[in-house]
Amino acid sequence: MKTVYKKPACLGVRKRNSFCPGCMHSIASRLVAEVLEEMDLVDNSVMIAGIGCGGNASFGYIDMDVGKAPHGRACALASAYKRCNPDELVFTYQGDGDLAAIGFAETMHAANRGENFSVIFINNALYGMTGGQLAPTTLEGMVTTTSPAGRGNNGEGYPMNVCELINCFKAPAYIARGTCTDPKNVRKTKEYIRKAFQNQLDGKGFSIVEIVSACPSDWHMSPKQCIDFINEKMLPEYPLGEFRSR
Amino acid sequence: MEKEFMKGCEAVAEAAVRAGCRFFAGYPITPQNQVPEYLAHRLPEVGGVFIQGESEVASINMVYGASYGGTRSLISSSSCGMSLMSETIGWAISAEMPIVLFNFQRGGPGIGDIGPSQQDYFQATKAHANGGGRMLVYSPASLQEAVDIVYESFEIAESYRSPVYILMDGITGGMMESVELPEMRPEDYIAEKKAAIKKEWGLGGKQGRIGRTIMGGDFSGIPLQTLNQKLEKKYLKMEENETRCELYLTEDAEWIVTAYGIGARFAKAAVNRLRADGIKAGLVRPISLYPFPFEAYDALDYTKVKGVVSAEMSIPPQFITDVKLAVKERAPICIYNTSGGVILDSIEIEKMVREMAGKEA
Repeated sequence: MKTVYKKPACLGVRKRNSFCPGCMHSIASRLVAEVLEEMDLVDNSVMIAGIGCGGNASFGYIDMDVGKAPHGRACALASAYKRCNPDELVFTYQGDGDLAAIGFAETMHAANRGENFSVIFINNALYGMTGGQLAPTTLEGMVTTTSPAGRGNNGEGYPMNVCELINCFKAPAYIARGTCTDPKNVRKTKEYIRKAFQNQLDGKGFSIVEIVSACPSDWHMSPKQCIDFINEKMLPEYPLGEFRSR
Repeated sequence: MEKEFMKGCEAVAEAAVRAGCRFFAGYPITPQNQVPEYLAHRLPEVGGVFIQGESEVASINMVYGASYGGTRSLISSSSCGMSLMSETIGWAISAEMPIVLFNFQRGGPGIGDIGPSQQDYFQATKAHANGGGRMLVYSPASLQEAVDIVYESFEIAESYRSPVYILMDGITGGMMESVELPEMRPEDYIAEKKAAIKKEWGLGGKQGRIGRTIMGGDFSGIPLQTLNQKLEKKYLKMEENETRCELYLTEDAEWIVTAYGIGARFAKAAVNRLRADGIKAGLVRPISLYPFPFEAYDALDYTKVKGVVSAEMSIPPQFITDVKLAVKERAPICIYNTSGGVILDSIEIEKMVREMAGKEA
């Protein structure tokens, strides 16, 4: 019998998957693990993990060296770590509150400096771990625990489009947005991650892969409803594809 | 080695480079701008990395991130800039990262002003961050002492796996004195140190072993109390072994002046003038502020000591809190303090001792 697929050996060794059913962190983490393993990089990589589900639940799940960052600061840590250790593969793994709210400055300035590391950015439109509060990425009209009247009705402003913002800078090498709603998109997202890591190995500079994701627990939806919500509501605001590829 | 006439900021920056510092991040703030300005050209000369962060918050996180991989890392700022770094300083204490921090104190609270002060005593020694962690705090009184402490601090930081905080001020950063700079640590020594950290506890890719996670706290399932008990053991070891204090003419002293850092320079001048006038004055100058050298005050002969003048550049006074704990009511204490860029006046210290002596007589 021929093995056509197996779980990456580095996945779930130290710690088992602790994500909610239907959460796309589990797919995103697996994709990262698969790409690292396929590129033979597990032993020579360092993850700088953010705060929240994006950091807490993912570190330890992939058996690799992980440095945890104070909330929002992953891109600052990664900038310094990579510059001091240019021969190691360095990437951050961050959620939207971490990367786009409290860590907005660190993210934008690392991108603008063209720091040679990669960012895996999970956008699920709210703060997952703390119970579903308004995030910079929350959709217009979307009800969260801190935007009970729906975003935009109490001065919350509009969703922030991180890839589009980073695409304003000259320095970044690779900017892409994927999702994990179906096998086709999972495969595409995996290729984006592979390109981001390859760019880093080639010394091209800052790469970011945004993954539009679901949070069934805080969206109060079933996994299937989440996929429909992404297709119908999230993707019109967050269009998929490669924004820049150098 | 030959002595060089150097500006404070540049002297301590060069000492850091010679000690093996190969990463610096910082954000402009007066009165320490000559540190980043010096390192911006000096670090690349030795293969090191300089980044001007977009904020103090980003800068301390860069320094923290560099230390994960075993690179000797330094940050420099002033007072309100240190406040911005507070969270990550707490992480560095908890994660046991051997980073070195310079604080060239300016006035406060708030933005205060840019004049020299000693108003960050509590922040430096007792409350760097939430959670009650501790780290070694040294306060030099001359550029030579500053250079020597900086050079040593990178070794001490690694031996304890603790941040080391060097509390200076606007005078120390801006003044010029002649200093003898230490030898440059050889590149292979610095590389060996980095490799050893990567092997023992740092990050560097798991290289066949089980992956490591470093963080400022513990979510591994082991009670956090276990980590704090381990950290406390280290603090106790520091308290046992790392106190430093200068005792100047204290053996037969009837009048003790106590001050730290640059403030002690003025205090020493007052002591010298009093001695010249036959008044038996002496100086107790803590060099380590955490751990505080309580034993130096215990060693005074309180059958002779009639009074203590505690001098500092902080209103309200802060250093006095530890002085009172150290003196334990064995002698009366008078406070002389200035603030917000008003530096201590040695004549005022002298007067205060004379007044106490007069009252005694």
